[in-house]
Amino acid sequence: MIRPELVCPAGTPAALRTAVDAGADSVYCGFQNATNARNFPGLNFTPEELAQSVAYAHERGAKVLLAINTYPPAGKFSLWKDAVDTGARLGADAFIVADIGVADYIARAYPDIRLHLSVQAAASSPEAIRYYCREFGVKRVVLPRILTIPEIRQIKAEIPCEIETFIFGNHGLMVEGKCSLTNYVTGLSTNMDGVCSPAADVEYVREADGSMSTRLGAFTIDCFGKDETAGYPTICKGRYTADCRPDGYYAFEEPISLNLSELLPDLIRAGVHAFKIEGRQRSRAYVRKVVGAFREAVDAVMDGSEPVLADLLALTEGQKQTQGAFKTKTWR
Amino acid sequence: MAHTLPPSVTGESLRSPQVSPLAALPLAPLQPVLRRIVHKIAAQYPSMFARLGPHQTSVFLIEPQGLPFRLLLRPDPKNLMFRAIPRSGNPPHVARISGRFYDLLRLVDADEDGDALFFSRELLVTGDTEAVVSLRNALDDVDGSVAESVATLFGAPGRAALAALRKRAEHNVISKGRKA
Repeated sequence: MIRPELVCPAGTPAALRTAVDAGADSVYCGFQNATNARNFPGLNFTPEELAQSVAYAHERGAKVLLAINTYPPAGKFSLWKDAVDTGARLGADAFIVADIGVADYIARAYPDIRLHLSVQAAASSPEAIRYYCREFGVKRVVLPRILTIPEIRQIKAEIPCEIETFIFGNHGLMVEGKCSLTNYVTGLSTNMDGVCSPAADVEYVREADGSMSTRLGAFTIDCFGKDETAGYPTICKGRYTADCRPDGYYAFEEPISLNLSELLPDLIRAGVHAFKIEGRQRSRAYVRKVVGAFREAVDAVMDGSEPVLADLLALTEGQKQTQGAFKTKTWR
Repeated sequence: MAHTLPPSVTGESLRSPQVSPLAALPLAPLQPVLRRIVHKIAAQYPSMFARLGPHQTSVFLIEPQGLPFRLLLRPDPKNLMFRAIPRSGNPPHVARISGRFYDLLRLVDADEDGDALFFSRELLVTGDTEAVVSLRNALDDVDGSVAESVATLFGAPGRAALAALRKRAEHNVISKGRKA
């Protein structure tokens, strides 16, 4: 049985150190620009910070995976090329990419550095994954969160690379890397600018009755009752009215987090090589608690003992959790 | 541009306001203490300001539930401001952050996750969301405990006060049945 790698998020150098100290086998992070899909204000790494962070991780036996997983707009490739060159120079252990142009550049310029295919590439079939492996030498695919465990096992049997699956955090059911909802509302692209629901366009309004409205640009995308839990201000998790649903409903997704802690043994048996925790935008407190919990759980599974599953509900979006499509495709 | 928010958006109606043992403190003696605190933190953690970017000059109105005053923060290293103001009135600010004092303390110390507090509606943010996100990320990159640094500033009494606050916070968390 493969001992799965625990891949953990870091939005800041302090979070990276926290993740490493909590037991991460590898940490993924990005630069402070549009080259990664968490291009949020105040988040991410300068080249100097990445150099120090790589040193910190390597000294403790952990790897640093650099997310360069957005799509360069035509004529603006130099920013992505610079990010790759800088990451290679600073000792990143792997690049997480989605765009075939970025993948091609890395494969040619840095053939010795591992390429991981980001979930942003939305590669969910053996044919698609084999294409990336064949053309760019991809060593690992991060699977979209839309597959059951039997489907993952089947894919594993048909591809020549490692599989990484999300085990905690964003449920992420949209066709990732292809969603244009933020672009439609704000003019900024999740896939090219690296920001879903840019904070500058988000506004929370507390009403006199204690409810809270969430607005993105000119649109109200949800209104939470006084004692109702809230979610992220993304369009895909908003509530909308339709002719058949006049009271408003979650048309795409709902505020809920993925938590596969109980499925870890099944995922390992299916051949999953790495477990990914989502949340580069989250705090050190989140990183410490979630990474620590899954470190214990994975170690317990590998030791053949019953994993003690920490209660992470307080950290989930909307304070709700699901096993999503991994358990069944009729989860809603 | 500064937001001026209607009186209904004061955060006063957030859940479970706690009356703090500091409730009787007058404001005037607090100002030099707060000034000393913010200058100490700025000197100890200068790297945090870069993460604030253009929001270094933003003014944040912080409303700790259970305290008889609010706080105004301008995290501009060239022109720092951190002072207590009365709970009434509506001073110019770009963003307002409301929550229980203990939660805010834990948030600053990276003991609590801001998104989780937001999901549970125990943290309210209004106004310029980008400014608040920048401030949150800047504070979260601070190693160590800001609260400890502040407590140490005041010697043994400061450390004792912090221990008492943490004990009270822990008690509140347990009594709510919420995982810390």
